[in-house]
Amino acid sequence: MSKVVAVTGNEAVANALRQINPDVCAAYPITPQTDLMQRFASFVSDGLVDTEMILVESEHSAMSACVGAAAGGGRAVTATSGPGLALMWEILFVASGMRLPILMPVVNRSLSAPLNIHGDHSDAMGARDSGWIQLWSENAQEAYDNTVQALLIAEHMDIRLPIMVCMDGFIISHSIERVEYLDDDVVKNFVGSYKPLNPLLDIKHPKSIGPLILPDLYLEYKRMQHEAMSKVKDVVLQTAESFQKISGRKYGLFETYRLDDAEIAIVILNSAAGTTKDVIDIYRNKGIKVGLLKPRLFRPFPYEEVGEALKHLKAICVLDRADSFGAFGPLYTEIVSSIYLTKSQPIVINKIYGLGGRDYMPEHAKIVIEELIDIINTGKVRLYKDYLGVRE
Amino acid sequence: MSEILEIRWHGRGGQGTVTAAKVFADACLSGGRHVQAFPEYGPERAGAPLRAYNRISSHELRMHCPVLNPKIVVVADPTLLDSINVTEGAPDDAIFIINSSKDPSIIKAKINPTKNQKVFMIDATKIAIECFGRPMPNSPLVGALAKVSGAVTLETILEDVKKSFGKKFAKKIIDGNLEATKRGYEEVKEI
Repeated sequence: MSKVVAVTGNEAVANALRQINPDVCAAYPITPQTDLMQRFASFVSDGLVDTEMILVESEHSAMSACVGAAAGGGRAVTATSGPGLALMWEILFVASGMRLPILMPVVNRSLSAPLNIHGDHSDAMGARDSGWIQLWSENAQEAYDNTVQALLIAEHMDIRLPIMVCMDGFIISHSIERVEYLDDDVVKNFVGSYKPLNPLLDIKHPKSIGPLILPDLYLEYKRMQHEAMSKVKDVVLQTAESFQKISGRKYGLFETYRLDDAEIAIVILNSAAGTTKDVIDIYRNKGIKVGLLKPRLFRPFPYEEVGEALKHLKAICVLDRADSFGAFGPLYTEIVSSIYLTKSQPIVINKIYGLGGRDYMPEHAKIVIEELIDIINTGKVRLYKDYLGVRE
Repeated sequence: MSEILEIRWHGRGGQGTVTAAKVFADACLSGGRHVQAFPEYGPERAGAPLRAYNRISSHELRMHCPVLNPKIVVVADPTLLDSINVTEGAPDDAIFIINSSKDPSIIKAKINPTKNQKVFMIDATKIAIECFGRPMPNSPLVGALAKVSGAVTLETILEDVKKSFGKKFAKKIIDGNLEATKRGYEEVKEI
């Protein structure tokens, strides 16, 4: 029987990690992830998991220890936020290049300076090219469900890649919500036991991992990482299907909301998608055909499927909670690429919002929908990239 | 969206206001409802004004942003009435629950409710001191909110207050808080 609880996003993900019972967890505290790892460390000290907890002196070391543990043949996890993820950056590429299926919840936080501890997507977007799979989560339930599903994707023998599960710092990590937990045994059976591939601790078969590779082979290695990534979509869908059988909850590569007959749409990640859905209902009641697409799998990016889902629209606004200064936001460029592949030509604009935890209110979704209505009525775009809810 | 009960709490850092919002949300889980409890995070200093929020609904709660138009406003610290506008965004049928020992006419004048707004008072700090010897008004306020909102029964809220203390506290403190919650439920009055 599943159990209904009122918990924070951090608490829900910590509980998923307890149910997974990894071999090794190496972590360093950083707001807003601290509370997640503190809870997991309590599970370790209370003997509720068999995990070896390694307290390290930095996130660079946390990821390095996970790489060592995973290369040795263990199931390794960590979690981080914002500057912690930035400090891991070098080792993120080592984890993916060595094809180690490490699981890392990322409690999304802004990057300094100015110093800010609140939620935005600058951290994970900065790591989007690191060869990690990325799943994004709207609320505590999705963060829990994605964490449970993550290892099945990462550890699939066709994949063997590390995976991040993203949720919004504070907005989700520190808010209490209704969450349905699966039974411990159900999760245990779903995740299964870990099958290491070429573990270093198999001393009868000595090998080296991650050695020097000169220009005559490096490109082939990188090509193989892309090949593995290209198989992730199918595995994500298979995993979602199995997950639906144990939970009753349905997941895909992305979620659409009232999109099929829509003329205009908002594309948005994580917690702000929920607020947007409520505003879409208000406009639908007024007869405005507006819908939403919320990516779940951001790396690898499902270009064809997203393009198909959006190609019938007249105008789209992509909202980014991360900026690329002097360029479009990271989600915008993926959406435009997706649509370009379909040969369709809706107008696509970009809004940067919510940086450093600035609240995304229903009012902001209304401003965007009104602008999209204006664009399809007049055919005119004021600015392709603009900022939402900012004091100019 | 009218079926969502939205609550805003005004308190000061260190008073247990955030915990009160969490306990109330937990108690409202019964009956398959969806709940949210979250504070507004700022610099976390003892004594600084803070806000916390609840949403309670029979449907999935998708909105992830502060409550702008609370149906119920709970003020845990009466001195806040002089420094912030606790009626901000409150709709015409809003209900205020004020922790105060002052004369009801003084409180009513400070709130200055519109025709359909209701003001309730409870001397939660006094109840807390009498029940467990500390000026922590959250338990009586949770009791008062349970009564005024009708969202949860006294039995359920008492069970949840007990659960929220876990095994960390002495029996005397837990019993005192249960008594305080019960008195909050029974003694809250419309003014």
